[in-house]
Amino acid sequence: MNIDSIRDGYVIDHIAAGKAMRLYQMLGLDGLDCPVAVIKNVPSRKLGRKDILKIDSRVDLDLDVIGYVSPNATVSVIRDGKVTEKRHLAMPQRLVGILTCRNPRCITTTEQGLRQEFVLSADGRTYCCKYCESPA
Amino acid sequence: MTRHLLNILDLSVGEIDGLLRLASEIYDRPADYRDACRHQILATLFFEPSTRTRLSFESAMLSLGGNVLGFSDAASSSARKGESVADTVAVVSGYADVIAMRHPKEGAPMVAAAHSLVPVINAGDGGHYHPTQTLTDLMTVRREKGRLSGLTVGLCGDLKFGRTVHSLLGALTRYGGMRFVLISPDELRLPEFVRRNCLDATGVPYTESRSLEEVMGELDLLYMTRVQRERFFNEEEYLRLKDSYVLTPEKLRSAKPDMLILHPLPRVNEISTEVDADPRACYFRQAHYGRYVRMALILALLGKEKIEP
Ligand SMILES: [Zn+2]
Repeated sequence: MNIDSIRDGYVIDHIAAGKAMRLYQMLGLDGLDCPVAVIKNVPSRKLGRKDILKIDSRVDLDLDVIGYVSPNATVSVIRDGKVTEKRHLAMPQRLVGILTCRNPRCITTTEQGLRQEFVLSADGRTYCCKYCESPA
Repeated sequence: MTRHLLNILDLSVGEIDGLLRLASEIYDRPADYRDACRHQILATLFFEPSTRTRLSFESAMLSLGGNVLGFSDAASSSARKGESVADTVAVVSGYADVIAMRHPKEGAPMVAAAHSLVPVINAGDGGHYHPTQTLTDLMTVRREKGRLSGLTVGLCGDLKFGRTVHSLLGALTRYGGMRFVLISPDELRLPEFVRRNCLDATGVPYTESRSLEEVMGELDLLYMTRVQRERFFNEEEYLRLKDSYVLTPEKLRSAKPDMLILHPLPRVNEISTEVDADPRACYFRQAHYGRYVRMALILALLGKEKIEP
């Protein structure tokens, strides 16, 4: 695989240095059989250092996961070797089914069929469980 | 849209004032309201026992001419067979017009509200919220002090785990001219996030003290909570500290003549029974106000009385 020539897929750029593996796991990329490149500690003018992920497949990407792990990341959509769309991410207001509440007294630990949901707090940095309000 | 009460901050200051005004009116003229909820049903779903709170809700509904049904602990409910909160409420909300629910898990009433056809009142969810206790506390201050502003409020005892304290603090900081004195041992100080969100964010002035006696003379209101043995790492510390947070007639000597003493009850030994005869002790009246505040809340949620936002 030539990592510079994604034909149909995504380039996730400007990932905060050191976060690529976390993102790799949270996006479930280890379960894919298409080419995936993890590029770490690339010199960057803006960030000093950054990570990059390249995925040569039209998988469903959960942009909320990317925004949560690294809000400054950008996602370029590649079709036929060309960038067709570039998206800037931000911290999402809600994270559904991504994090798990660690509070043992939370209703999410016992209620069947209840999806985990976290909400961005007023401070704009922390996510708290929608149900018990414990920080993630 | 069906209104619920899950957290005291779901209510605006205006709505709280409206509820407290209505509660006071019912307190003064209960006969006017004794048929207000005739043929209506309150379900008390208590997934953990709390006799005091349940009786207060049932008394409120019965005083409005309504009926009550429900269960008083998880063992006698379908939860024991593994039924979810969502399913229980989906069923019961077809049997009742309003639900009061207590549950050991935090956030359970939010799940209930999402699946209920009728208003859900949070009657306590673990260590999380207990909004009708806060409404009761506010009504007590309003009735006994005549105002909910310009007060120096002492919160004493377990400020770390005491949920009634956090909830009351959140509600009181929305009124003007309040000042807080936080009285606790180091081990039980107000948690950082509560301090940040309730006090620092609103700029409300506060001081901290390890000694109740030192600050007693400043207070217009003293809210006592229980210092529990199991909150301490070692027995020695507990024994050394527990008496400093027990209210006695001697400690009250330096208190203002019109200071109010509140306590969410049940008390164990944090207020000596000798204090009960002191006219400043209003914790039993406080418990009684709880009935009227719940009556007002039920009337409002059932749409019988309009509360302006
Ligand atoms: Zn939770």
